[in-house]
Amino acid sequence: MISFLTGDPRADRIVPPTGFTANLTVFAGAAMAFLAVFVLALSVASSRLADRWSAALSDTATVRISAPADQMARQTERVLSVLSTTPGVTAARAITPDETAALLAPWVGPDLPVADLPMPQLIEIAAAPQGFDAEGLGLRLAAEAPGAVLDDHTRWRAPLIAAASRLRLLSVAAAVLIAGAMAGMVTLAAHAALAANGQVIRVLRLVGARDTYIARAFVRRFTIRALIGAVGGSVVGVLVLSAFFATLRSDSFLAGLSPGAGDWVWVLAVPVFAALTAFAATRLAAFRMLRSVT
Amino acid sequence: MCRKAKNFIERTGAKATPGSGDQTPVIELQDVGYSYGGGDLLSGMTLSLLPGSFHFLTGPSGSGKTTFLKLCYGELKATSGRVSLMGQDARSLDRDGIAAVRRRVGVVHQDCQFLDHLDVASNVTLPLAAAGREADAGELSELLAWVGLSAQATAFPPSLSGGERQRAALARAVMMAPDMILADEPTGNLDWDMSVRLLTLLVELNRMGKSILIATHDMNLIRAAKQQVSARVLRIAGRKLTLAGADL
Repeated sequence: MISFLTGDPRADRIVPPTGFTANLTVFAGAAMAFLAVFVLALSVASSRLADRWSAALSDTATVRISAPADQMARQTERVLSVLSTTPGVTAARAITPDETAALLAPWVGPDLPVADLPMPQLIEIAAAPQGFDAEGLGLRLAAEAPGAVLDDHTRWRAPLIAAASRLRLLSVAAAVLIAGAMAGMVTLAAHAALAANGQVIRVLRLVGARDTYIARAFVRRFTIRALIGAVGGSVVGVLVLSAFFATLRSDSFLAGLSPGAGDWVWVLAVPVFAALTAFAATRLAAFRMLRSVT
Repeated sequence: MCRKAKNFIERTGAKATPGSGDQTPVIELQDVGYSYGGGDLLSGMTLSLLPGSFHFLTGPSGSGKTTFLKLCYGELKATSGRVSLMGQDARSLDRDGIAAVRRRVGVVHQDCQFLDHLDVASNVTLPLAAAGREADAGELSELLAWVGLSAQATAFPPSLSGGERQRAALARAVMMAPDMILADEPTGNLDWDMSVRLLTLLVELNRMGKSILIATHDMNLIRAAKQQVSARVLRIAGRKLTLAGADL
């Protein structure tokens, strides 16, 4: 690969420089790499978001007790008792009326007399990392406290994880589209260059040049152009994203989603992939064109 | 010819000298025909070009001289019969095989076919570059001196005169020390003096053992050659190839 990139200066001179196709290839490489960096960042962010949501919801559960006022305290005690003997439950505590009021405040305002309303009693459960047997716990609660309902957050967590997975899938699809669009543009540029250099190709065949020699002169040129463009586009993409995340406040919803140092390593793959795409696209175009020249 | 230039040609190319060693035909056609979509252009052509031979190919415009030459360096494939290039059946040659044959057959076109963005020296050494070989500066200098283009080594083709272009094309054709030189109307755009000068170079190559085939309709050129070399004249007429009499 290194010898391919360093190449043979004599062979390079055989193909005359062509401004339009050169610029088009560099631009395509830069634009696609820029977009690819964004797609990578989107993929990383969606993974982070999914992990964060999943972690936040998987470590906790809630028991909601809806019972007549005179039975509320008793059922609460029973539930706490059951929870204290449940494997996988590390802590359980009843939410105080003040905490309940604070939870409702965003929707009903701070002045509502929550204490006068028949509110359900909430019990917050902290689970061990290995979790607990939700089905078994639900059955025990039903037996001990008929008004208790266990909510292990599964119905909240599943759609969030599904949404994050779809986001990841979208980013992969976007990456494939970007690669395809880049291959298309490079192929067009290569075709234009090959067509413009028909005389060069005919002369080279006339003097005994093999197809691989002729193709290499074009392929190398387009690969290097795409690589240069992609390096530029990747650098600009990283700078723009870094600037964007740097402006976020620490309490912002997106603050924790910025790619870490390890994630930026993936950006190095973008120019390499762009170069490989250009290599394959130009090689295919060159050999197809050469078949028409005896 | 300067002695150093002659040394270069002989050192790199004297594989077959007239009357010596291997007499396997360089190019051989057996009952060869060629058809375009509209009908037969050439048919029933049988010919053996031996090492060290000198042939002219004549015929009216449009008779198929250029097509005949293209069959001889693999640019076209015969639609019937058998063409043998350097002892190999042309039909069995793949694209790399054709490329290999062309390194042993130097071709000079009327329009020369240069790469205009390269200087004369680079154009002349193009066959070497295409073969992945380095040109020896001394040998290149000798070759350019032989064709009288030492002063034009760094000039670009568009700035050359017609005669200079043809001589540069001839230098390129012999760069790989080919066994055969094919020339398609090489003097078509040249005045008489320049035509004779080019002919002299081709005759010198022939004396070193190269086979020469020149397509031309310039009878004066053929007569001039008669005074320097034993040449045969082939004629294409009515799709057929005939030998136009005895040695000139």
